[in-house]
Amino acid sequence: MPFVTAKTRQRAYDVIVVGSGAAGGQTAYTLCMEGARVLMLEAGRRYTPAAETPMFQTPDMAPLGGANTPQKPFGFYDATVDGGWEVPGEPYVRTTEDHAGRFDWWRARMLGGRTNHWGRISLRNGPYDFKPKSRDGLGFDWPIGYEDVAPYYDKVELLIGVYGSNEGLENTPNSPPGCLLPPPKPIVSDYLIARSARRLGIPVIPGHRAVLTQALDHRSNPQRLHPGNAKAQEILAADMRSRAPCLWATPCGRGCSIRANYQSTTVHLPPALATGNLDIATDAMVYEVALGADGRADGVNFVDRTTGTHEHASARVVVLAASACESARILLNSKSPHFPDGLANSSGKVGRYIMDTVGSDVTGQVPLLESLPPLNEDGADGHQFYMPWWLYQEQLAGKLGFARGYHVEFSGGKRMPGPDTGKGLEWLTGGNYGAKFKQDVRRYYGSFVYFSGRGEMIPNERSYCEIDPGGVKDKWGIPVLRFHWQWSEHERRQAAHMQRTFGDIIEAMGGKPKKIETDGAKAIAPGGLIIHEVGGAIMGANPKASVTNGWCQTWDVPNLFITDGAVFPSNADKNPTLTIMAIAWRAADHILERLRRKEL
Amino acid sequence: MDRRTTVKWMLAASAAWPAWRAGLAAQTPPGAAPSQLPAAPGYGTDPDLVTPHKRGEFWPLTLSAAQRRLAAVLSDLIIPADEHSPSASAVGVADFIDEWVSAPYPTQQGDRPIVLQGFAWLDAEGARRLGKGFAALDAATQTAICDSICDATRAAPERRDAARFFALYRDLTAAAFYSSPAGRKDLGYIGNVPLTSFDGAPPELLKRLKLT
Ligand SMILES: Cc1cc2nc3c(=O)[nH]c(=O)nc-3n(C[C@H](O)[C@H](O)[C@H](O)COP(=O)(O)OP(=O)(O)OC[C@H]3O[C@@H](n4cnc5c(N)ncnc54)[C@H](O)[C@@H]3O)c2cc1C
Ligand code: SF4
Repeated sequence: MPFVTAKTRQRAYDVIVVGSGAAGGQTAYTLCMEGARVLMLEAGRRYTPAAETPMFQTPDMAPLGGANTPQKPFGFYDATVDGGWEVPGEPYVRTTEDHAGRFDWWRARMLGGRTNHWGRISLRNGPYDFKPKSRDGLGFDWPIGYEDVAPYYDKVELLIGVYGSNEGLENTPNSPPGCLLPPPKPIVSDYLIARSARRLGIPVIPGHRAVLTQALDHRSNPQRLHPGNAKAQEILAADMRSRAPCLWATPCGRGCSIRANYQSTTVHLPPALATGNLDIATDAMVYEVALGADGRADGVNFVDRTTGTHEHASARVVVLAASACESARILLNSKSPHFPDGLANSSGKVGRYIMDTVGSDVTGQVPLLESLPPLNEDGADGHQFYMPWWLYQEQLAGKLGFARGYHVEFSGGKRMPGPDTGKGLEWLTGGNYGAKFKQDVRRYYGSFVYFSGRGEMIPNERSYCEIDPGGVKDKWGIPVLRFHWQWSEHERRQAAHMQRTFGDIIEAMGGKPKKIETDGAKAIAPGGLIIHEVGGAIMGANPKASVTNGWCQTWDVPNLFITDGAVFPSNADKNPTLTIMAIAWRAADHILERLRRKEL
Repeated sequence: MDRRTTVKWMLAASAAWPAWRAGLAAQTPPGAAPSQLPAAPGYGTDPDLVTPHKRGEFWPLTLSAAQRRLAAVLSDLIIPADEHSPSASAVGVADFIDEWVSAPYPTQQGDRPIVLQGFAWLDAEGARRLGKGFAALDAATQTAICDSICDATRAAPERRDAARFFALYRDLTAAAFYSSPAGRKDLGYIGNVPLTSFDGAPPELLKRLKLT
């Protein structure tokens, strides 16, 4: 009975997992495949990608040509359900609306969470990224190192399927043989960008994305992932056989009905359900971890969104994986005489050190790419190549004026036209119309290139969340978060550096940047905008200065774990989700071992 | 988040949800073509994505017959038929514009008065020149009027608002046209079809562009 309700669920489980996204999906997968009985509680509705994904739908079939609206902020066909920058009935508060101090919080309320529409960019952190403080004295080191996480990066890549290549560049780790799928072939703009950037000394290499450029090896991968566990191997092999490779068409952000990219709903949950060890209750909004008389978590309390009733579920272990800020919110709302400031918060660090990624973008137009013949450049939906950070040594020598690096995501090509095609072309056309305008749209179509810098933010004391002191509650009566935000000079200078770099690359291509913003304060996207928010319950070596240990186990409550980005003590330029999954797998292995030893 | 989504966010950023709803609640629609609309729920946060939708399905279309005629005439001046593809009106651009200015969202609600006032300005300008509404003018006069407002950087100061309208209307016409099957064909878009392999850039083209 995989999908359960208040009535059909069992009395007790080994583990409760709160949330079904990257963190919850990975945690439940690992636990169930190795025999633990898991109840997953997900606030959003059940979601079925095979039936609900608009694969080949075109803009003319959507209201407003599919343009974004507040109800579908990334466009009509984006997979997000009941979410975006606002979730109906679930507000949050920020201290300011100003560009410099605002934080926007992107959420989704659906099975699989944001993994249904994420960008699928899946980069490993490098060795430096786990020990940033040791390198430059700023922020915090992780209590674990690359060597601890590397085997789990291997496992996640083997399970979900990630394309990429091994280039041996500094702090940009290789994967062992067999882990990565072949990268897609370059399109015309990739060649031109690569040539121009390399002339400036910037490396351009295949990106890493969780897209099946070919079928996974269903013979060898299950054995590597579940040695000695015949049942898990068999389930996983069958599941891998049923995932189709990419069709080289259809935007990944809509989700993928043929399961060619990673979504928790298409990759983690099906095999976990097939074990019979996973029960999932959707529409279950968890508001607190229940504390037993023995000081251990005895389960969670939640609101059943379909009936509005309050329910309790119990288990030997509770894992929060509701996304970084939401997991912090649950802890802060779990108040008791023993923990008046929220559960697992004896350090006072719950909600602290929220980080996002530094983001800054530039658009360019390139004459060489004008009026090319018709080309199918859909490929694997973009980001087939990227530029890893290349100035580690200059930075360490103090030559850059900011402490941490960024990578560059870029795109170009003749993508499917839509409601933004032909828009705002005055800077190129001088405002013409009529036959000439039509010719110009044809001429410029496919000649634009887009560069996005994605950089590391250093955690600071002024970027945090707390329970809103004004007493705002969501429609379930659960107190909501208030966000505080501040960038430092490191991030602003980094954003300005991105802008200058992109201007240089575009000019080296013989193109024209639309606008270069060299004032870092204006160039940097507001907090939360890049949707890589992590921190809020950081791991560390010292119980007084961190919320969990290196196993994602809270210092204060031994059977309470947090396996999402909340535990990140730093936020490398690498997009966080692959690392979330790696540490979730590692934590789940640890939980399994302790359960077997009857220590939990 | 990738670049495309960032751009979309930037466009939406000025329109925070609560302000949007409060603004809609305070409308007083004057006359037949209100410059602002009463609150409508929109398509919600969980619409059916798989079934194709028709214009007017989620909110009523509101332009009058005369306004739709003007919408079509103007869009054809911006995107006329040529040897590659039909004109804007032939692919239903007036429907798209009507759906757009009738939509209950902040961007569209912000565009609505600009479009309606722009239409009114065009008719007034036609009346001033030849005593006729814009749609009834001869092509040469229509073109002369458009020439005076098509480039906001060169438009006379008293025509700035009209030029702002024209720029918006050109964007909307393009949005409608290039969202249509005819628009995709016009641009030679050949994707959105399943392939068994992806070959990347054709070698002959790379050679021609001196990229190999
Ligand atoms: C458009 C977009 C593009 C992105 N691109 C990338 C990318 O290319 N690479 C990358 O690494 N990252 C990317 N990200 C970020 C990525 O989506 C997140 O890092 C990842 O999904 C985090 O996983 P999670 O499990 O912590 O949270 P989520 O995926 O958000 O899942 C959390 C789940 O918990 C549920 N939940 C929340 N609160 C409760 C509660 N109280 N009770 C019960 N359930 C609850 C939610 O409904 C949700 O389903 C992108 C995000 C977006 C939105
Ligand atoms: S590009 Fe490939 S992986 Fe992405 S949605 Fe389309 S078929 Fe699926």
